[in-house]
Amino acid sequence: MNFDDTPQEAEFRSLARAWIAANAPKQYEDELRKSSLGRTQLKNADILEVAKAWQKKKADAGWACLHWPKDYGGRGSSPIERVIWQQEEGVFGKLSQLFIIGHGMCGPTMMAFAREEHKRKYLPPVASGEKVWCQLFSEPAGGSDVAGLRTRAEKNGDDWVINGQKIWTSGAHYSDYGILLTRTDPTVPKHKGLTMFFLDMKSPGVEVRPIKQASGASDFNEVYFTNVRIPDHQRLGEVNDGWNVSLTTLMNERMSIGAGVATGFPELFDYCSSLMLNDGPAIEDRAVRAKLANWAVKASGLKYTSMRAISALSKGERPGPENSIGKLVAGSMIQDVATYALDLQGAAGVVSGPEDAEVAGRFQAMLLRAPGTRVEGGTDEIMRNIIAERVLGLPGDIRVDKDVPFNKIPTKGR
Amino acid sequence: MNFDFSDDQKQLRDQARKFLAEKCSPKAVRVVLDGKAPYDSELWKGLAEMGFLGVAIPEEFGGAGAGHLELCVIAEEMGRANAPVPFSSTVYLAAEALLIAGSDAQKKKWLPAIASGEAIGTLALFEGKGNPSPKSIKLAAAGGVLNGVKKPVADGAIANFAVVAARTGSSGRDSDISLFLVDLNAGGVEIKNLTNLDPTRGQAEITFKDCKAEPLGAAGEGWSILTQVLDRAAVLCAFEQIGGADRALEMGRDYALDRIAFGRQIGSFQAVKHMLADMYVAATLARSNSYYGAWALSTNAAELPEAAAAARISATQAFQHCAKNNIQVHGGMGFTWEFDCHMYYRRANAMALGLGSLSYWEDQLIDRMRKKNAA
Ligand SMILES: Cc1cc2nc3c(=O)[nH]c(=O)nc-3n(C[C@H](O)[C@H](O)[C@H](O)COP(=O)(O)OP(=O)(O)OC[C@H]3O[C@@H](n4cnc5c(N)ncnc54)[C@H](O)[C@@H]3O)c2cc1C
Repeated sequence: MNFDDTPQEAEFRSLARAWIAANAPKQYEDELRKSSLGRTQLKNADILEVAKAWQKKKADAGWACLHWPKDYGGRGSSPIERVIWQQEEGVFGKLSQLFIIGHGMCGPTMMAFAREEHKRKYLPPVASGEKVWCQLFSEPAGGSDVAGLRTRAEKNGDDWVINGQKIWTSGAHYSDYGILLTRTDPTVPKHKGLTMFFLDMKSPGVEVRPIKQASGASDFNEVYFTNVRIPDHQRLGEVNDGWNVSLTTLMNERMSIGAGVATGFPELFDYCSSLMLNDGPAIEDRAVRAKLANWAVKASGLKYTSMRAISALSKGERPGPENSIGKLVAGSMIQDVATYALDLQGAAGVVSGPEDAEVAGRFQAMLLRAPGTRVEGGTDEIMRNIIAERVLGLPGDIRVDKDVPFNKIPTKGR
Repeated sequence: MNFDFSDDQKQLRDQARKFLAEKCSPKAVRVVLDGKAPYDSELWKGLAEMGFLGVAIPEEFGGAGAGHLELCVIAEEMGRANAPVPFSSTVYLAAEALLIAGSDAQKKKWLPAIASGEAIGTLALFEGKGNPSPKSIKLAAAGGVLNGVKKPVADGAIANFAVVAARTGSSGRDSDISLFLVDLNAGGVEIKNLTNLDPTRGQAEITFKDCKAEPLGAAGEGWSILTQVLDRAAVLCAFEQIGGADRALEMGRDYALDRIAFGRQIGSFQAVKHMLADMYVAATLARSNSYYGAWALSTNAAELPEAAAAARISATQAFQHCAKNNIQVHGGMGFTWEFDCHMYYRRANAMALGLGSLSYWEDQLIDRMRKKNAA
């Protein structure tokens, strides 16, 4: 058991460090450092532009998408090298959050199911950030129950014609492409009639409408499809095998490990170190210390759990469903941490403007963004189901719709 | 980077698991639980023969000289089996104190005896309620003799010797405290058994009356040695705790698969599934923190104090969480003496206190993190 770099790792680290020192957009360093979940914005610049420029620079020098094969715009690095890169990239890594769906989910799905010529054409611009991708799975009637989706795809000559609606699609408003899960046969049970495609988001008939979120920001969208045509060669996997294809996407979502899910703990610890309460520094207060200690061991537990997973990966083991715990733990933790940080501020905690609030309103921003973290990419309840069923081997939930043709499943609760 | 035990260490774990499955069945644990023996002396001998008691003791002192990572994997199995032997008091506390501060003669006298299973040792630190602190130590050492009362002392009634924390000064500083080695079979010692939460690991009150004692380590160094001993023991206990937590989770999972209610396996009810998922989460976080502690312990890293406190807190919470919910999953059966659930519940709650309570370790963790941040 050791944490030291091997000689090759050390060499890789010093290369990465030198390149980042020479090339990173340092003018934004301070702002990025102070931004937290729910508030990654730049005051005097468009964050999308800055992120794209940084990504392109990385790609040109061979530092983009480290885990992807070189042929598709990556570097073919080991999992450990990827972690070393993330450690060295530090706060500039926050800029890559905008590409996470393309890099972590869409890209790997394309690699597994697209034709070779498509991979060579479409993947390198994903790696370089020139083209942004989104994931069009969820629908009003199919979130946790993704297989309950209703967007139709009907064959027409060499094309498929798409009609329907997606929702909560992150980044659709600035995406160039998307992977799309559709229903191709409503007369069979729900998992058996789905098919996956990728499409150009500028195709005629695609309409993207930003949704204002509970946090006040607008990062996700409704996407409407009216007679949108997708050529058959953009199908991913077999007709009616879309469920299996989507499982690959969701597995890869979990594999995006190592990035470290935000817990809010470092921010809270810093805050308590400087905050003065009536009786003295917050960090000397018995009750504050107890809270901090509890969260400290959760944060470190998550950190070392992900290091164990990376060690296993580097020995060739496949990442399993046990990686679901990261988001499950971090999601409710950041919510609790933010609530507590505001509680420490008393009545002043209610003020949320970055100009007027304590520490630029970062805990207020966290509080307002946190509910989304517990829902996106699988709710807490779904994560617990996955752990219970796939790790502990407990029985699956009883599914009353399992063998029922999709078009016979009731659509309203009451 | 490689954040895992080696194949050899995993093999040692399998070996220990197999050995304990055979020699330390729940039935064997119950002999001690029911008060028919103060500890399992056959198992103790067996552990010595397997080389487990001296695994981290250097060869020159009769041990296997393997190291602390090896001791960690064995500790995990001791916790999983709920072994009713004075392992933690002898191996983590007494032996580690000797390794850190003992003179060559003291090491030669006691360490081989520990490795061979002839000597049981313990640490006599607490004097009634409260957490470890120099102020809490009243027992006085003067003129080579000790006077005072220690309680509770883990495995005090079966131990052959004790490392005793005593007051040798009145400056009000940590340097008032010194450590002593006492042969408990010599004169001036009175031992009373105390009933306790976990009868598989006894607790005693020891009264010292003009009891002869030899210094362990330099005078005035007692508190600093104790802190090191407690940190090391915190990591080792954390492994026992994650072993216990894992076993409790496994018991709960197995029962959830077997028991039928409302025509279904109870494990198919989400309330039960989610409870077990949360047990898994707690056990996993604790395991990861403990691995970090193991690394720090085995390399004697500067991070050890912080890593030890984190491992301690998270393993304590995980074992308590898994043990109590294991009973819940078992329903009424879980609350019977006959089912084994309560053995883990007892052990989890006794272990949560043995090195000082959570609040002590919370304080330690935050102090240590602050120091690091300030540095
Ligand atoms: C910020 C954000 C970004 C998102 N980005 C994307 C995106 O880019 N692309 C995309 O496709 N989707 C995206 N989503 C959608 C997201 O995947 C879904 O919202 C999520 O899967 C939950 O589905 P739902 O909203 O339909 O809730 P529902 O499934 O209706 O759930 C409602 C409640 O019921 C519970 N529940 C449902 N089923 C079960 C069950 N079997 N057992 C126990 N409890 C259950 C849920 O846990 C929840 O508490 C995003 C969501 C958010 C909040």
